[in-house]
Amino acid sequence: MAGIYLHIPFCKQACHYCDFHFSTNQQQKTTMVRAMVQEISIQKNYLGDDPVSTIYLGGGTPSLLTGDELQTLLSAVHENFEVTALPEITLEANPDDLTAAKLKLFKACGINRLSIGIQSFHNPHLHFLNRAHNADEARQCVKIAQEEGFDNISIDLIYAIPAEDHRLWQQDLQTAMQLHPQHISSYCLTIEEKTVFGQWLKKGRFREAEEDFAAEQFEILLHTLQAHGYEQYEISNFSLPGYHSRHNSNYWKKEKYLGIGPSAHSYDQVSRQYNVAHNVRYLKALAENRLAYEKEWLQPQDQINEYILTGLRTKWGCDLMKIKTELQYDLYAHNAPYIEDLIARGLATLQDQHLILTPQGKLLADRIASDLFAVS
Amino acid sequence: MNQIRNFCIIAHIDHGKSTLADRLLEFTHTIDEREMQDQLLDNMDLERERGITIKSHAIQMNYTHQVEGKPDEEYILNLIDTPGHVDFSYEVSRAIAACEGALLVVDAAQGVEAQTISNLYLALEHELEIIPVLNKIDLPGAMVEEVSDQIIDLIGCKREDIILASAKEGIGIAEILKAIVDRISAPEGDPEAPLQAMIFDSVYNSFRGVEVYFRVFNGKINKGDKVKFVNTGKTYEADEIGVLKLKQDPRGAIGAGNVGYLISGIKVAREVKVGDTITKVDRPGKAISGFENVKPMVFAGIYPVDTTEFEELRNSMEKLQLNDASLVWEPETSAALGFGFRCGFLGMLHMEIVQERLEREFDMTVITTVPSVRFHAILTNGEVKQVSAPSDMPEPTYLSHVEEPYILAQIITKSDYIGGIIELCMDKRGMIKNQVFLTHDRVELTFELPLAEIVFDFFDKLKTISRGYASLDYHPIGYRQSNMVKLDIMLNGEKVDALSAIVHRDKAYEWGKRLCEKLKELIPRQMFEIAVQAAIGAKVIARETVKAMRKNVLAKCYGGDITRKRKLLEKQKKGKKRMRQVGNVEIPQEAFMAVLKLD
Repeated sequence: MAGIYLHIPFCKQACHYCDFHFSTNQQQKTTMVRAMVQEISIQKNYLGDDPVSTIYLGGGTPSLLTGDELQTLLSAVHENFEVTALPEITLEANPDDLTAAKLKLFKACGINRLSIGIQSFHNPHLHFLNRAHNADEARQCVKIAQEEGFDNISIDLIYAIPAEDHRLWQQDLQTAMQLHPQHISSYCLTIEEKTVFGQWLKKGRFREAEEDFAAEQFEILLHTLQAHGYEQYEISNFSLPGYHSRHNSNYWKKEKYLGIGPSAHSYDQVSRQYNVAHNVRYLKALAENRLAYEKEWLQPQDQINEYILTGLRTKWGCDLMKIKTELQYDLYAHNAPYIEDLIARGLATLQDQHLILTPQGKLLADRIASDLFAVS
Repeated sequence: MNQIRNFCIIAHIDHGKSTLADRLLEFTHTIDEREMQDQLLDNMDLERERGITIKSHAIQMNYTHQVEGKPDEEYILNLIDTPGHVDFSYEVSRAIAACEGALLVVDAAQGVEAQTISNLYLALEHELEIIPVLNKIDLPGAMVEEVSDQIIDLIGCKREDIILASAKEGIGIAEILKAIVDRISAPEGDPEAPLQAMIFDSVYNSFRGVEVYFRVFNGKINKGDKVKFVNTGKTYEADEIGVLKLKQDPRGAIGAGNVGYLISGIKVAREVKVGDTITKVDRPGKAISGFENVKPMVFAGIYPVDTTEFEELRNSMEKLQLNDASLVWEPETSAALGFGFRCGFLGMLHMEIVQERLEREFDMTVITTVPSVRFHAILTNGEVKQVSAPSDMPEPTYLSHVEEPYILAQIITKSDYIGGIIELCMDKRGMIKNQVFLTHDRVELTFELPLAEIVFDFFDKLKTISRGYASLDYHPIGYRQSNMVKLDIMLNGEKVDALSAIVHRDKAYEWGKRLCEKLKELIPRQMFEIAVQAAIGAKVIARETVKAMRKNVLAKCYGGDITRKRKLLEKQKKGKKRMRQVGNVEIPQEAFMAVLKLD
């Protein structure tokens, strides 16, 4: 089952932490949609015979699209690909865009899952992150969406914001629980170099949260969501039973995906390619009916390491048999003492030949992945 | 012989020796500008970067001496370069012994420094004619009058004898060359006597073997001669001899008074000892006095970070030793680090150079253990044991007492910093012996200090206290009894022998405490808690804890993040290769040098 990702590279304003590709100049939005439709058609054979079961509109801010623009894009996907019955179609939205009218349009286009960039219910935090919405809008938008019949809603929450304390984080989580979203993605604030925060960090105007503080916030998150019936199926992703993001899960299960739009990544199980992260260059290439992208062929070792990296983050863990049969790599044999040590320290378990990290282990997932990496 | 002048340049680091040498070569057309690379004589990369001459070299210039009313005269000028660091003072003494004169180059903005003075004394001992040169007179901070006074005080010359120069701007170069011919005496020697040539340097060439640089005092050396090195007793055939221009210039013979090179297929640098005498097998001359076997002063273990690279390290060390005759080593085993080498160095700079060369020229990643001096352990049965590694220290039950090497240190500083420097030396268990004002605000302080206190951070501290003004020179003055103890470091209860050190008992607690703190800082958090302890014998005297790592995961990993993230983690994994696993603790390479950075 393959997925299609559509990157909408426009935002009203730049959030201080975000290093995804976007432009705050929306003048080319219509041209961009046209170009993306063109790209969909050029790439119609990328996924081979795999039917498309998930479509994901990310960004940027896809909720800036008009109903017509959205319809145009989705129609293009349907025209060029075989889409399964009952596909998961997600749209990322910002609270300030989610009016009842707009939500009606989205629903009419076939959107059946919303991922709302709430980040915080605390006004000073929203201001600090330079979000375009306020706490009221954050609360209201979920309710409006539910009233409009959306029954698969995910919200994003950020923790370990400087000057945050555990009480505020607990309040945010309590507010989230009262809204009953089906899914929560919660991220530790990460400072990326090419962001406002990154600049501040360099100039010493900003300090990242201490490791212990961030770990405590993560634990609060884990306990609160568990107590409300949410399952952590990936480091940063929690859902009520049956509401995993099917699209995102495919990334971690080595399924194929096609990315459309500037900066979007595609994967066909043997290579990865990424479109140029530049609106003008992207448009220029398509005006010449070609694609501007870079492509990287994955060596066996790359595939092994990617699987370790993504697998360990999920509740399904790393399937040792799968690595052995598909990638001819005996992960356990290469790391037996290390893996046994992880188990002895309560950081991992082995179940049916799956190496799965415990909650404490998940906090160290990157370190453990890099320790387990195959090296040449 | 009358047309030859042999001279060296005495200068403190950064006082412009290399630049001046370049100008002399340019002026005499020994090189043209196209060939000119800045600081030509320092031809190792490392030297150029550090701006100091590590290995001395020699070069010959042809100079036309023009005096009004007299016919032009052609002279051969041999410039013998000298190393500019206290670690290499024996080599300096041999280079000086090969000359009749010296340019004393003093930075007009800095004044006379300790290194300059000690080398100057060496030159005066060898009765060299001193030509004082005041360099960098173009600098805004130049204190021509004041520094001239210092020079006059120092060598008792006349003010008009001092040549004002700026090597950078080319000022005074003609005058200097003229003075070399006029003031420095021509070499004396008997061309008919048995051959006596002194080796003042050697360089390893991977194609041709060791190139030996020598100065002929008496007799003559011919191509094809059977020659003997008096002190090593080895004999060779002089396959090629010649003079040192920018490139080697082969000749049939080199006569008394001149400087040249010899190539005879010597494969190992150790066979060529600076200060040794070359003579002929069939008509031998006596050894030239002043020869010494260079003794290492500082010892440290060198280990590969990756244990499988031991043989590679051995090969690299052997190659490195080919052109570094002062480096000595023998295999050593450490419980923590496995197989490695115990190495002896002339000093800390030499040690750093060896480590850097291993990394740069041989691509080896190495761990250097806590440097140590060589102690004498006097056993209860009266036997004396040489101890240059903490692990060699005998058990207390067999030990009568320990003696440690002392040095006499000369420090020259601005008088403003006397207080701070005396305090530093006292803290380093030193004793002040003398204090002499060289001028109204420059003072020479003489201390007796344990060498062990100098090898760590003494020089850096001295520079800090004196804002870079103080300069240091020292020489060993024998062994004295001291209350030394072996201080061990344990990680999670496991003794890491490579972190042990021999320290004075009075300082052991402070040392242990600070070392634990430093290690806590340098050892990254790992997946479990690490206890860092310092102990004397069974007694733990300090403890720190490296807390377990709690969080190491990035928040997002979607389709567009996977490649980037994989590469990031692969890089981290590579970085970990620079760490050494001891027990289950990973110790970064730099932690083994932590003792050097205790402040």
